Amino acid sequence: MIRFWQRAGHAALVLPLVLFLGLFFVWPLLTVLEQAVSDPVVSRHLPATTAASATWDRKSVPSAEMQQAFVRDLRAIDDDQTLGDLVRRLNSAQPGFRTLMKKTVTAARDSDGPLDLAEVDARWRETAFWRAIAEATNPYTDRNLLAAIDLQRDPSGAIATMAEGESANRTILLRTFLVASTVTLATCLIGLPYAMLVASSVGWRRQLLLAAVLLPLWTSLLVRTTAWYILLQDQGLINSTLSALHLIAHPLPLLFNRTGVIIAMTHVLLPFMVLPIYSVLIAIPKNLVPAAASLGAGPIRAFVYIMLPLTLRGIASGALLVFMAALGYYITPALIGGPKDQMISSVIAFYATGSANWGMAGALGIVLLAATLVLYGIYGRLSAANTARA
Amino acid sequence: MAIPRIRIDQVSKSFGAVQVIKDLSLDIERGEFVSLLGPSGSGKTTLLMLLAGFEQPTAGSIVLDGSRIDHLPPHRREMGVVFQNYALFPHMSVADNVAFPLKMRGIGRGEVEGRVKRALDMVQLSSMRDRRPAQLSGGQQQRVALARALVFEPAVVLMDEPLGALDKQLREQMQLDIRALHKRLELTVVFVTHDQSEALTMSDRIAVFNQGIIEQIGSPRAIYDHPATRFVAEFIGETNLLEGTVKGHQADGTTIELDLDRHLTVPRTEAILPGARVLVSVRPERILLGSPSVAVQNRLPTRVLDSVYQGDHLRVQLDEAAFGLVVRLDRRFAEWPAGADVVAHFAPDDCWVIAA
Repeated sequence: MIRFWQRAGHAALVLPLVLFLGLFFVWPLLTVLEQAVSDPVVSRHLPATTAASATWDRKSVPSAEMQQAFVRDLRAIDDDQTLGDLVRRLNSAQPGFRTLMKKTVTAARDSDGPLDLAEVDARWRETAFWRAIAEATNPYTDRNLLAAIDLQRDPSGAIATMAEGESANRTILLRTFLVASTVTLATCLIGLPYAMLVASSVGWRRQLLLAAVLLPLWTSLLVRTTAWYILLQDQGLINSTLSALHLIAHPLPLLFNRTGVIIAMTHVLLPFMVLPIYSVLIAIPKNLVPAAASLGAGPIRAFVYIMLPLTLRGIASGALLVFMAALGYYITPALIGGPKDQMISSVIAFYATGSANWGMAGALGIVLLAATLVLYGIYGRLSAANTARA
Repeated sequence: MAIPRIRIDQVSKSFGAVQVIKDLSLDIERGEFVSLLGPSGSGKTTLLMLLAGFEQPTAGSIVLDGSRIDHLPPHRREMGVVFQNYALFPHMSVADNVAFPLKMRGIGRGEVEGRVKRALDMVQLSSMRDRRPAQLSGGQQQRVALARALVFEPAVVLMDEPLGALDKQLREQMQLDIRALHKRLELTVVFVTHDQSEALTMSDRIAVFNQGIIEQIGSPRAIYDHPATRFVAEFIGETNLLEGTVKGHQADGTTIELDLDRHLTVPRTEAILPGARVLVSVRPERILLGSPSVAVQNRLPTRVLDSVYQGDHLRVQLDEAAFGLVVRLDRRFAEWPAGADVVAHFAPDDCWVIAA
């Protein structure tokens, strides 16, 4: 009993954190994820139709019973907001619903009792429109998730690729991974020698070098990105210096293209590569490289056989941090990149804030989260294997 | 005369304004075990680093088998180094650690296998070949480091206080093991230590370092029995130093007058002229205590100040009448309680005269 209270006491210490995370991280996350797969409009506003469609075979024109259920549901809707939601939802599945619904609702409101829908509009004889309604009665949908990777369901319900030019999510996802990989590689190529330099220096030199790499972390991302904006432009410091030295005749195109995005992102993310490598490096005993040298390994082989394998863990965690952070970059590509350099975050932002399509925003978020988790899983596997060997 | 394995010729090394090694010369013969002994900061480790190539001499030359090596980087010097903290590669197995110097020399896989096996047999660690260094005890790690430094048959083995991190019992065992390996493989070893008993146990010759110079170099026996300077006498073992003036040379020895009008007879040393100030070194274990009636040469009547039981011996501190001598008595002799009147005496042959 006493043990239980002790444990409860210990657990109480983490309670604030758990509550905070639950309230401001887990719950909103789950809500957004649910948005991506939920599709409640039709099932909520057409309850009778939803019930009736359960027994429909989806091949023939629905029974009069189901049709009248639909009419009753329409008559029950009394505000235009709800109707607008409904029409938008149906129209996104099957074009033509906008005019069809307008006509049908007017007819339904102007009359009492049974209504012959085929009389109102001939399109009610087509199963496609009825199938669109029936499909939409399911409160959960994979539409957004499929659309996030340029897939959709064809009229028969099978998964098919969207037509060329209809959506560019795959291209943008691929571009996001490409940019993130390039930035990871660049930070690694710059960060590894730099971390080695920091680890091998002492006293105020080490402090200065560390401060130089930490400084970006203490500056606002927006400020840093804007600074690069100024540096990279045609009359910016880089181009004016190069042309003053007569190294270039025309300014190098550095802004509003991929080069600029990668330069700026590499700078911004460099600390996340340098710091993990540095922390691994300072833990490596100082006498290993001299030992390797005395055993016949020159500087290059001592690096390849001794330092590099021992630093690999730091490089891996640095690469993971940089890659994952780069995947979600938004401001830097938006300010420095051109239209062909926008990454998946800007698409998510467009759906979330631009077109209020929370379903699509959530679905793209899920795809990004899944990719990240897979990568993290691979990293966990590799590092676990590494620890077991060490 | 054959050329020495290593000739250190007038080598100096400075770090900034501090001269750590001052114009030092030393020859080391093939198959010799030389210890560099001295307090910390005396330059012994720096000399080892110069030999290994981790530091460059400011002046002078280092010659290995007749050719200069002081300009060569460490990996071209063919010296096996055993580091203080072993410096084993943590990400490699024991066998891979030992195979490393062979791989660096491009030796074929089959031969590497055989040589690693022999090296591990030599240090009795064959059963540990697939372990990681972190899974071994300190003594085992030390033996892996030794096998790794010996497996490529280096011209010289350099050891930098390799036993410092081991406990006393293991250290003494390793001293004997290393000495046996040195004898069997006819290794040339340069061994840095600050532990004088370690140096006495293992070495053919000991070089006693003090402030960047070699105070004395010689066999353990010569260093212990005939220290050349006050520093060596005090650093190697415990000793009593009595200050006095040379009175004259007699047939049976030289007479030295101490304070309090006491006189000592020491072996005849005509090199020191009468009137010179000298130090007489007498080791604590050479002094005997007797009752006041005993009649011998070199007698100092005095009183026991303190007497401490030390297991295998009795350590007796005498009062100022005998210049505060420390005596180390075999337990076979009588116990001397504090306050007892005694005569401290020692043979002239057990005295060693050092110029003051």
